[in-house]
Amino acid sequence: MNNIFVSILSAFITGGIICAIGQILIDRTKLTPARILVLFVTSGVVLTALGIYQRLVDIGGAGATVPLTGFGYSLAKGAFKDVEQYGLLGAFTGGVKATAGGITAAVFFGYLVSVAFKPKPKS
Amino acid sequence: MKAIFTKDEYVRYVEQKAPKSKVMKNILRAFLVGGVICAGGQLITNWLKARGVPAENAANLTALILVCVGALFTGLNIYDEIGRFAGAGSIVPITGFANSIVSPAMEFRSEGFITGVGARMFVIAGPVLVYGISASVIAGIIYYLLRF
Repeated sequence: MNNIFVSILSAFITGGIICAIGQILIDRTKLTPARILVLFVTSGVVLTALGIYQRLVDIGGAGATVPLTGFGYSLAKGAFKDVEQYGLLGAFTGGVKATAGGITAAVFFGYLVSVAFKPKPKS
Repeated sequence: MKAIFTKDEYVRYVEQKAPKSKVMKNILRAFLVGGVICAGGQLITNWLKARGVPAENAANLTALILVCVGALFTGLNIYDEIGRFAGAGSIVPITGFANSIVSPAMEFRSEGFITGVGARMFVIAGPVLVYGISASVIAGIIYYLLRF
């Protein structure tokens, strides 16, 4: 029970800090949300390659994997795993393979919702 | 009140008068909402693990569920309300990725299902995939070269 509480608190703090960094970037640099997301996913790849992000995942759990930096983490981790298994080919197969579920869910549910719901009229 | 002459002076004047706490408030809101979404993700992951789902699958399934919830909340016009309060707290989590797909797709549905919905889904998600996947390919190639 105690472990569960600690894991949820760690996720809250880690995820909160990552989102707070995003907010600081928006307020201070005037980066648009699209640029923030691109920056975060790319940073996730780089930090994973440097071996830093894995530590963050070990501490924060979902707090590190749920933000978009975690998407970059999954991409990079998948690429490394497949390189170990299939050599150079793995650099091209591993990333998308590891994130296939999230990407497909985003496309499928995204399409479904976009078609099923009516947009709110602009006020 | 002192007269304001140039644009520079005006900007400085506004910055002086603007409440400093606004930036702190934005950061705190992003921290809280982003934290809650991630804590929710951890809750789902814990629940899946307790049901015997392997750790890696649990993380993937969590992402899948959050994407689904993010898309649904966007469709119900709830996510944009959260976004107005939370700023980056709603943009940075993967639910925000789903929101970035559904929001423009819904808005441009009048342009049709192919060039409206189908294309606009990727206005933001497209660049994310392009740069994320490309970065992972480069990282993978470097990893390959360092290993052999």
